[in-house]
Amino acid sequence: MDRVNDFAFKIATANGTGSASANGLIMQAIFRMGIPVTGKNVFPSNIQGLPTWYEIRVNKDGYTARTPYFDLMVALNAATYQKDVAEVRAGGYLLYDSTWPLDDKLHRPDVTYLGIPLAEMCNAAFTGVRERILMKNIAYAGALAALLKIDTDVLRALLKEKFGKKPALMDSNRKAVDLGYDFATTNFNCPLPIQLQAMDKTRDAILIDGNTSAALGCLYAGATVAAWYPITPSTSLMDAFRGFCQKFRVDEQGKHKFAILQAEDELAAIGMVIGASWAGARAFTSTAGPGISLMNEFIGLAYYAEVPAVIFDVQRTGPSTGMPTRTQQGDLMMCAYASHGDTRHICLYPSDPREAFECAVTAFDLAERFQTPVFVLSDLDIGMNDWVIPKLTWDDSYRPDRGKVLTAAELEAAKSFYRYLDVDGDGIPYRTLPGTHPKGAYFTRGSGHNRLGGYTEDSDEYTEVIDRIDRKIQRAAKGVPAPLIKAQPGRTLGLVTVGGCHAACVEAMDLLTKEGIAVDYMRIRGFPFSDEVTGFLESHDINFIVEQNRDAQLRSLLMLETGVPIEKLASVRYYGGFPMSAHHVITGVKARLEKAA
Amino acid sequence: MTFLPKPKVHHPALPKNELGLTRRDYEGTITTLCAGCGHDSITAAIVQAFWELAIPPHKVAKLSGIGCSSKTPAYFLKEAHGLNGVHGRMPALVTGANAANGEITYIGISGDGDSLSIGIGHLSHAIRRNVNLLYVLENNGVYGLTKGQFSASADRGSLSKKGEANTMEAIDGCLLALTLGATFVARSFSGDKAQLVPIIKAGLAHRGFAFVDVISPCVTFNDHEGSTKSYAYTREHNVEIVQADFVPPATEITAEYEAGSVRNVMLHDGGWVRLRKVAEDYDPTDRDRAYTYIRERQREGEVVTGLLFISPDSRDVHDQNNTVNAALTTLPYDQLCPGSSELERLQQRFR
Repeated sequence: MDRVNDFAFKIATANGTGSASANGLIMQAIFRMGIPVTGKNVFPSNIQGLPTWYEIRVNKDGYTARTPYFDLMVALNAATYQKDVAEVRAGGYLLYDSTWPLDDKLHRPDVTYLGIPLAEMCNAAFTGVRERILMKNIAYAGALAALLKIDTDVLRALLKEKFGKKPALMDSNRKAVDLGYDFATTNFNCPLPIQLQAMDKTRDAILIDGNTSAALGCLYAGATVAAWYPITPSTSLMDAFRGFCQKFRVDEQGKHKFAILQAEDELAAIGMVIGASWAGARAFTSTAGPGISLMNEFIGLAYYAEVPAVIFDVQRTGPSTGMPTRTQQGDLMMCAYASHGDTRHICLYPSDPREAFECAVTAFDLAERFQTPVFVLSDLDIGMNDWVIPKLTWDDSYRPDRGKVLTAAELEAAKSFYRYLDVDGDGIPYRTLPGTHPKGAYFTRGSGHNRLGGYTEDSDEYTEVIDRIDRKIQRAAKGVPAPLIKAQPGRTLGLVTVGGCHAACVEAMDLLTKEGIAVDYMRIRGFPFSDEVTGFLESHDINFIVEQNRDAQLRSLLMLETGVPIEKLASVRYYGGFPMSAHHVITGVKARLEKAA
Repeated sequence: MTFLPKPKVHHPALPKNELGLTRRDYEGTITTLCAGCGHDSITAAIVQAFWELAIPPHKVAKLSGIGCSSKTPAYFLKEAHGLNGVHGRMPALVTGANAANGEITYIGISGDGDSLSIGIGHLSHAIRRNVNLLYVLENNGVYGLTKGQFSASADRGSLSKKGEANTMEAIDGCLLALTLGATFVARSFSGDKAQLVPIIKAGLAHRGFAFVDVISPCVTFNDHEGSTKSYAYTREHNVEIVQADFVPPATEITAEYEAGSVRNVMLHDGGWVRLRKVAEDYDPTDRDRAYTYIRERQREGEVVTGLLFISPDSRDVHDQNNTVNAALTTLPYDQLCPGSSELERLQQRFR
């Protein structure tokens, strides 16, 4: 049976050999053919020589979650043959370099072998060691074009866009594509039953990673100061921000309307953000879990002294160094309560690059409105992998919400100014910026202070301020994006998740429904939790809390913050480092239901 | 630290600066440090310097870390924004604030624990970046607030109050700053206001990181015999090698001294630092010579003071990053957001 636009394949190579550009080419070609596609780059924490994989899932129905079942494996790394051949679905295909005899490790009776002498062909066609290695990748892309029926016009157009200005490279790439394509059409029955057919489902979409879209959000939000320390998987966020600033924020004299500070460590990076925000800029940092661990001290200062800050945590697998190039949602708990003493922070949970863009803008508004740090908890899968998302849009009437900042004129007219006085009764006091007006001066401190901003060691004065800050943050529950809820009356089961698990949950729910298990859905998008979150949990007998960490951190947060009894909160987890798949959700839900029955 | 505002009554005959402000207008709350603390003398010198320069107090931001020294920004410039941050990381806060708004005059106050132990990394990198900031290290060789532990600037062999000798080498802030490429390095003594005030003024006018190490004895924990950071020891061993004087912009420079003994270094704002060499063989614009000289004299048991080094071609972090002249905080939003049509165009890249 032909499986048109519904299959997955995986390419196994060693990193540093140039396979990324070939894999990107394939992804983009499928995207241009109008077919929903997902690419997951499974890469090592290394620069050259270690195993790396690229997984491409094509799905006409638009399911974008990772699938662990592969119909075709391009096995080009001898070091991982055994593992790679085992991942092929029964009846699937394995493409290997037949320059050398088929390795014993690759034998499997239920797999069809497609041997292509990639090295031999490229050694004959190209000179120079580097070119021979690089063009092997383009040659397998050419072979896949024939085997999977990738539109060759699209492929040619892409090559032209990429190499149009470099004729020598263009020629090599074309030649390599043809080598692979011609060999496949001559020697195999092309296309395979797993094949592509043009659709019209990506016309208004873009192919983008969440770090790039988040950086774009920072640009559009009007951020002018960024401070960071390089760390996987967040580095590309700052790289992208720098690129956008160089395009859009350089004046006629070549002067920069931005400052990007590469700090000496994450402790300094967040300090710079707090300093810049205190001085009145929209400032942010991007980091991963280890960076947040270091930033905890300063985050407490920003919380207590009420200084805005925007922090992107592109989560990776912890604890400690963990697996830096694998994904996880391991920082939910840490970010919610980061720093010593009583603290609670606004957190936003984007589920894909589009929401990463939107959350970036929202984060700056909330940070300044509530005068407090705001976390955007993305993850490696959202941040570094390419996603097909609807085109980003922008409302030109948007103006930044700078919160309660007094101007020189307002200060001149004011009888007095006290930084921490709750004038409006909403828990949010007025701020001033350095240099505004002599009456605006105050002493910002992380030590005990009273509502007038003076130092205090008085019990009542201290409590008054710390309680007001608590009220202020609780109030932010209404300011964070509302949970996304899909519910029908009468259902007793709920599926609850955050962030990047969304794709797996959507697919799992459809599959469960087919099996007669109907569930309502809630994807939480912000912390502190709103009443809607509590209401959803209360109205279902069992809520399956789906997340990517060992300790059920979202479930813990829900228990602590909503007061919903633990019996109603069942945990479904996967935390091995890959993006979550639908089967993880289905298995978890069924196991719990069987236990109940 | 308690909060004691000062009464606002001024003597009518107090002298006024160009802005019509008296020295009292540059003061803060009443100090809560120990009576006789060197830090209070430094505070007084800071008040004097800002008053003489006639800088509007609200155009200044004063930042600090944690410790006795870091309390002192409360005691000067009450009309300036203050930020008392976390231990050792004030340089990061200033770096960010300065990036956002470079039009403010920044002064950072730190101590030897704050600067040379927990915060040595941040200090080092702020020096490397040449953040435009006057950084005052109030150096007493001891942890005061935690009652008497040696700090990293305590000299080997110096005795604690309990009589124990410090066994480790001291970290010398000035040598560290010179090594890291600091563009302004000075050392002074809290008990020598005549020397300290002009250094502070020159440091404020310098565009870049002005590092000023001020030996500031701790009367409670480190002013005893056997300590090398006591008043008595510092008075006896400090040797001034370069006298600095700050000459405001638009003042004519006239040669009053013998050729060779005076050197004028122009500052970014058009002002000058007039350096009068007390030591014949010293060149305060020669980094390597300055380093060697300080080391040589240290071996002789001398603590050399004065404006030890100044770089005539200092480029601060804004110069290096080529930022616009206006403060980033003042840029209107429509200059920052490319708008919807540009977003549409931009996304062709992601097709």
